[in-house]
Amino acid sequence: MKKIAITKLNDLYAAIAQNQSLLLPIKRAGQTNFGIWTEDAEVDLQTLKTVKSAKDAFFPQSENLYTCYKDGKKISIAPEKLQEESFVVFGMKGCDVRGAMVLDKVFLANPVDNYYAARREHGIIVSLACSQPEESCFCKAFGIDCAEPEGDVVTWLTADYLYWKPVTEKGEALTAQVADLLEDADDKAVSEQKAAIAATVEKLPYANISLEGWNGDALKEKFDSPLWEQLYKPCLACGTCTFVCPTCQCYDIKDYDTGNGIQRYRCWDSCMYSDFTMMAHGNNRNSQMQRFRQRFMHKLVYFPANNDGMYSCVGCGRCVDKCPSHLNILKVIKAFGKEGK
Amino acid sequence: MSVNEEFRPKIVAFCCNWCSYAGADLAGSSRLAYPADVKIIRVPCSCRVNPMFILRAFEKGADGVILCGCHPGDCHYSTGNYYTRRRMTMLFSMLDFIGVENGRTRVEWVSAAEGVKFSTTMNDFVAKIRSLGKNVRLGDLRCKD
Amino acid sequence: MQGLKARALELLNDGTVSRVLGWKIGENTYDPEPAFFETAEAMEQFVYNNFCAANLSKYMIEASKLEGKTLVCLKPCDSYSFNQLLAEHRIDREKAYIIGVGCKGKLSIEKVKQSGLKGILSVTDTDPLKVETLYGDAEVAYKDAMLDRCHVCKGKEHVVYDELYGESEDTSDADRFEQVRAIEAMSPEEKFAFFQAELSKCIRCNACRNVCPACSCRKCVFDSNKFDSAQKANVDSFEEKMFHIIRAFHVAGRCTDCGECSRVCPQGIPLHLFNRKFIKDINALYGEYQAGADVDAKGPLTSFTTEDAEPGVVSQGGIV
Repeated sequence: MKKIAITKLNDLYAAIAQNQSLLLPIKRAGQTNFGIWTEDAEVDLQTLKTVKSAKDAFFPQSENLYTCYKDGKKISIAPEKLQEESFVVFGMKGCDVRGAMVLDKVFLANPVDNYYAARREHGIIVSLACSQPEESCFCKAFGIDCAEPEGDVVTWLTADYLYWKPVTEKGEALTAQVADLLEDADDKAVSEQKAAIAATVEKLPYANISLEGWNGDALKEKFDSPLWEQLYKPCLACGTCTFVCPTCQCYDIKDYDTGNGIQRYRCWDSCMYSDFTMMAHGNNRNSQMQRFRQRFMHKLVYFPANNDGMYSCVGCGRCVDKCPSHLNILKVIKAFGKEGK
Repeated sequence: MSVNEEFRPKIVAFCCNWCSYAGADLAGSSRLAYPADVKIIRVPCSCRVNPMFILRAFEKGADGVILCGCHPGDCHYSTGNYYTRRRMTMLFSMLDFIGVENGRTRVEWVSAAEGVKFSTTMNDFVAKIRSLGKNVRLGDLRCKD
Repeated sequence: MQGLKARALELLNDGTVSRVLGWKIGENTYDPEPAFFETAEAMEQFVYNNFCAANLSKYMIEASKLEGKTLVCLKPCDSYSFNQLLAEHRIDREKAYIIGVGCKGKLSIEKVKQSGLKGILSVTDTDPLKVETLYGDAEVAYKDAMLDRCHVCKGKEHVVYDELYGESEDTSDADRFEQVRAIEAMSPEEKFAFFQAELSKCIRCNACRNVCPACSCRKCVFDSNKFDSAQKANVDSFEEKMFHIIRAFHVAGRCTDCGECSRVCPQGIPLHLFNRKFIKDINALYGEYQAGADVDAKGPLTSFTTEDAEPGVVSQGGIV
């Protein structure tokens, strides 16, 4: 266990940024999101949840895949370069780290997504324990310990110090880079914080929400339930829930005409949108009820069916906080719970 | 030699079919010069021009956009250009509000008989855009290479 | 609230209306969701409190297509949106039974959180708000927890209703155009930097568009797959500006300034500034106009006078 005084955090960021780019929660125009650290960036470790998750670090909202150029009658294709340099994502919470593992199941399974794989290979995760979990958090329901998250390095923030514990080889290597700044520490403060967090988590209203009945076997019964018809009604069909989610992984591929060529890019898509998975024959989900159902069925039924029971929800609660109509996965789970199944 | 003299702006001119496009024709047949930087797009009426056309032109690399139509009261469709006038006033004010240099957009009424006005307007507008320099605030970075 | 619920139930039971459009009780005081109620049993979950901020008028587009009348609860400012939709023939007045509900300014849980409170377990909708959190209890003054739009309240009068329930209050205590003026006074560089910082947060979730009662197109131009910039792509370069300018332009002259766009934005972008800029310009050039105040009024951008100002006015000192 190592530690560094919080007054020296800027030196730590600078030291990390010397060798690789550093992403961390930055407050800009009043909101905190992950961004690249610069000298004058306003780092914000106090806000528990960034508006968008750290998903962008590995799977950006919009990324170029390749560009076609036309020169006379010749067409050349230039693929986008894959991530080759290492980078650090600092301050990911337990839910976000698990979110990346959910994405791994999708993008690292055959056929491997090269763009994502390269970023995962070169990304070093420095996670941060949640010293003050909030009411919409329910990561415990998915077996996540926000007091000691996964990651290459785990850190804890107390009033005076940032405690630093390398976990993996990548984490050790990063620790070696900044060893001059770190001092040795015992884990007294950390275990105190962990105990306090555990006590708080028990008081969270949804930490122990029951997921009973949500699994790959429940497909038909859940799919045909008349409850969806009632639940979806206030849904505005915006994409807020999907875009703030650390595990939503659907994307669309489009072409952009730059005037000199064509850029083929992909961008996050949302199952809430009317043109989601639009095909030549039309759309296979043509009502908002079906789109709404898709999101929750995917997270709680289809995904576990294909991934040994792993849910593609990590309980970060962002959708709970951000839905304009106050709809959310908790209300869905509870509504089905009341039915007794 | 200053940078601005080297800079050849891209100018899009939307011209209505009935007055301004004919005005441009007259400028041509009267051998009145205006810079080749101006690319004319003919539209049936100035009110055909959707604000999106203007933003799209900037996005794809235009440095200035000018919209020419019949003089108010002379619209081939009676009232089209009155709507244009309100719409463009609103749009230009909004562009100014978000920090786009005003002067990159202009509306000018040019009749079919005003070849001279067409030519002087275009000369003047190109000079203005040259003084403002390249459009960086409304361009799409992807269109830059 | 009990009286309103009883009245709605009465109208539902006697067949005057086939359904009630109101708010359903959430997990907590602060998260009521818009809902349709069709049975007396469902009505048990009906709620109306000071956190019921959502403007329900847009749901009437869908409700107008259903059999029978829909009872809709509208706050004074929502009634302007309803009227505007009526003027545009998007909803059917005959299909609506409007209860104009009282409003004393609506609260936002975001505002409560902005006061620094974390881990909110319960909150009252009283003055002051009593907030119970995981990390201690606190109080927040009602005014401080009120939505921004309520500080520039349009007044306590409903412009359309069948009956009224409850008292309203004019909660305005700020100048509606103050922020717009502050931005107008900036240099082009400052203006650009301000909007760049705000708009680059946009995640293209389209919540602003989907919640907007004026955005009632069946298919949005930004949803067209023939349009070469996907509405979903978040691109730092230009797309956000394009989207927000065009969206504001499309609702210019029709926007009632209900403030839903800014309320729902997950990134807290002050989207209402675009709409207010248009409203301010329209007022200055074409005469005071409040969309939705009068169903028969001609919209400022769908009418003209022969004496209108030329677009050049913008570069000649701006619109004052």
